[in-house]
Amino acid sequence: MSLLDVQNLSVTLHTPHGDLPAVADVSLSVGAEETLGIVGESGSGKTMLARSIMGLLPRARASASGSVKLKGVEMVGARASDLRRLWATEVAMIFQDPMTALNPVMRVGRQIDETLRVRLGLSRSAARARAIELLEMVGIPSPEKRYAAYPGQLSGGMRQRVVIAMALAASPSLILADEPTTGLDVTIQAQILNLLDELQARLHTSMILITHDLGVVATRTSHLAVMYAGRIVETGTTRDVFARHRMPYTRALLESSPRVSNPAHTRLTAIPGRPPNLLRLGEGCAFAPRCGFASERCHRERPELSVPDESSHAFACFNPLEVGR
Amino acid sequence: MSDVLLSVRELTVSFPHGAHRVSAVAGVSFDVLRGETLGLVGESGCGKSTTGKALMRIVEPTGGSVSLEGVEITTASGRALRQLRTRMQMIFQDPISSLNPRRRVRDIVAEPLDCWKSATGSERDALVSTLLNQVGIDPVANGTRYAREFSGGQCQRISIARSLAMRPQLLICDEMVSALDVSVQAQILNLLEDLKAEYGLTLLFIAHDLAVVKNVSDRVAVMYLGTICEIGPADVLYETPAHPYTKFLLSAALEADPDAPQNREVLQGEPPSPLDPPSGCRFRTRCPLAQERCALEAPLAREVSAGHQVACHFPLARTT
Repeated sequence: MSLLDVQNLSVTLHTPHGDLPAVADVSLSVGAEETLGIVGESGSGKTMLARSIMGLLPRARASASGSVKLKGVEMVGARASDLRRLWATEVAMIFQDPMTALNPVMRVGRQIDETLRVRLGLSRSAARARAIELLEMVGIPSPEKRYAAYPGQLSGGMRQRVVIAMALAASPSLILADEPTTGLDVTIQAQILNLLDELQARLHTSMILITHDLGVVATRTSHLAVMYAGRIVETGTTRDVFARHRMPYTRALLESSPRVSNPAHTRLTAIPGRPPNLLRLGEGCAFAPRCGFASERCHRERPELSVPDESSHAFACFNPLEVGR
Repeated sequence: MSDVLLSVRELTVSFPHGAHRVSAVAGVSFDVLRGETLGLVGESGCGKSTTGKALMRIVEPTGGSVSLEGVEITTASGRALRQLRTRMQMIFQDPISSLNPRRRVRDIVAEPLDCWKSATGSERDALVSTLLNQVGIDPVANGTRYAREFSGGQCQRISIARSLAMRPQLLICDEMVSALDVSVQAQILNLLEDLKAEYGLTLLFIAHDLAVVKNVSDRVAVMYLGTICEIGPADVLYETPAHPYTKFLLSAALEADPDAPQNREVLQGEPPSPLDPPSGCRFRTRCPLAQERCALEAPLAREVSAGHQVACHFPLARTT
């Protein structure tokens, strides 16, 4: 059995302009010690997917249907008190912006302590000792001193390390990392990604790594799901999705990314048009209006995510690209 | 020597910070050649944006010289400065906040023309329509809409149209695509290349993204903590970096390819505070090759191959 099993998850946001299908019919699973990458552009639903897996949707403004099972326990529709028991000990989240993920007026050590005392029932002094250990584990120099620092006194990279320490405090089985390195400089990004790799190997944690950056997922994930307009449009092993992608959107995304190895003045293959307005999605494939391969059928009917052969590589397209293209 | 359009010599910018001063730009010299794109890369806080703004005198330089075709910018004032600014324009990172949300697209693009009365009446309208067409905004359907109605990518197109209205020679692009999604980013970068050819523009392209910079630049300058550590032709610099910092920066850049060589040589630590920069070479505190001399003496830029200069006492050999 997988650690995490998501079946037909849909999330609808109730906006003043109408109901917006932020996540539509998503199914995925994450096995023990696996890393699943989720890539997509802004508005593709990747963050809403993560929040609904955590059970962090604003209840008044969003509704979820389908099933999210973590170690067999259903998260969709679970009571807040039940969710709280799972948070930190089974599933934890690393957010994009470490400044807003931390309380600016509380010393960082206290914020790590809180998890340890509430979740693991450690005494004040034991929690302090463990928090300092955690700070050291995430590579924060002079952890005793940093324990008493406020978030504002730390750099962005250090703050993200604190957030990682908090997420790992109660040894969760699954970490959801939502754009963990997006605001950081490249050299700091490399440090943080290596740290996550090391910790994951050491603590045998599974991870979902959500990002818009194909470079981040290329070498750091075993499996990959590409999202567009709230749906997974292609998924498989990372290597397969990169080398043998079938969905034209995946190819377009890869080709529009500038590369360090390109010679100067390389013309990029831009995707024409803009991502669709989710409030006004048509009947057909959401990518069809921007797709060079779209046929009449694509505008009329939506392709289902399906696996054509015995592999695990799935895509949603009526006119898939030839393999090896 | 090729034709130099913009010449920057020993440019310094410092800001007051309590009783001290932060030196954001600490003696930067480079030339921008006519018709080229010079990329300026570096991590946050390295002074790349401040350099760009100081060239336009959006922030005042505290020392050094900047000249556009031999005309000194740092001492120009009043009308002469405003006249100079029509020849160099800047595009900013956040496309939405650089446009007034309550103004109509046509008026935004026409503003430079109205300020200088360089085109009026039907000539002005025709010019605005041409500019909007060139950046891919339909002037008939969208010209009278408000800036707030547009997405980030479209706002960046409108900013580009506005910056081209006075037919500038030099365009300073400060992180102009970093807020955009990759698919839109590619559209804007291609548009920029087209317009560069059409208007015969020279570009100073400031960005933190090494891949983006490589794709647009003829030459690249790398900044660290207020100084330029290396400058050279883009292909040469990316292929054979001579400064240890450049090498670390490049090895940290991620390629969208699972088979890309995995370089786990990660730069340790974080940049020191510009309030109290290290003596000598500013990179020495994080440099694995640093020796005693690096602390005593700031390295001067020297040529390692044609047009490739590095400010390092112990530059990397070309074979690396």
